[in-house]
Amino acid sequence: MTAPNDEIVCKELVELVTPYLEDVLPANERAAIERHLAECDGCRTYVEQMRQTIRAIGHVPHEPITSRTRDEVLAIFRAWKAERS
Amino acid sequence: MIAALKDGDDHAFTWLVDQHHAMLVRLALRYVPDQATAEDVTQETWLHVLRGLSRFEFRSSLKTWIVSILKNRARTRATRERRNTPVSDTWLATVADEPAVDPDRFFGLENPALIDRWASAPRGVAPEEQLLAAETQAIISRAIEALPLAQREVITLRDMEGWSAADVCNALGLTETNQRVLLHRARSKVRAAVEPYLSPTDQP
Repeated sequence: MTAPNDEIVCKELVELVTPYLEDVLPANERAAIERHLAECDGCRTYVEQMRQTIRAIGHVPHEPITSRTRDEVLAIFRAWKAERS
Repeated sequence: MIAALKDGDDHAFTWLVDQHHAMLVRLALRYVPDQATAEDVTQETWLHVLRGLSRFEFRSSLKTWIVSILKNRARTRATRERRNTPVSDTWLATVADEPAVDPDRFFGLENPALIDRWASAPRGVAPEEQLLAAETQAIISRAIEALPLAQREVITLRDMEGWSAADVCNALGLTETNQRVLLHRARSKVRAAVEPYLSPTDQP
């Protein structure tokens, strides 16, 4: 007798990684993910890369404004200057 | 043993519970969604075991009989409590229109035995200093800037600023699920962008 919805495939796991890491899945669904991870190198690597990515994002130097915002503000400034002259 | 139980011997019952309780809870967890429900089902099982003792015949071992009662209770409970669909299925349907990983990296119909499993699995994880290297950080910044506005807002607040999910929902007026979908899409894209830099053997 197998439990319902026991089996997860890799293509599903990469979509479930966020609810998994956010810990919002019921225990049985979380356990199904852990069973898959225990036997799948590719998915273990995927989850670890996702954790690494999240850690790396946390270290991105904090720019006070994005370059896009800076460009937009600069455009406003140039328009204002053009209007004046 | 069974005679002692039928006589109402405390020690015999305690011994039985010590022997099997943890195993029964684990088994129940295969049917019901959480620990508390599994505990509940197991306690219900003990009650049924005691009530059924007088009718217990020696056609099976005591353990087999208890397990069969547990399975019955757990299935009944699971049916009663089952949400129409598991959380995972609802989520998978929600995010289905935008795959986190290029579908070509999984086996398809040409390999039915391995369908939807990795054909080209991600390889290796980076040493910690690689994550902090200016090159990796620049890739991440660019990937985040390229995201649609709503995804960019969520990933910035969650993963750069370290806000909680609840705070982000409040600040941006999002439902929990929407917040999570945006975070999922954003993180998946950023991971894909840095993947070549995370594999130590595969420097681009």
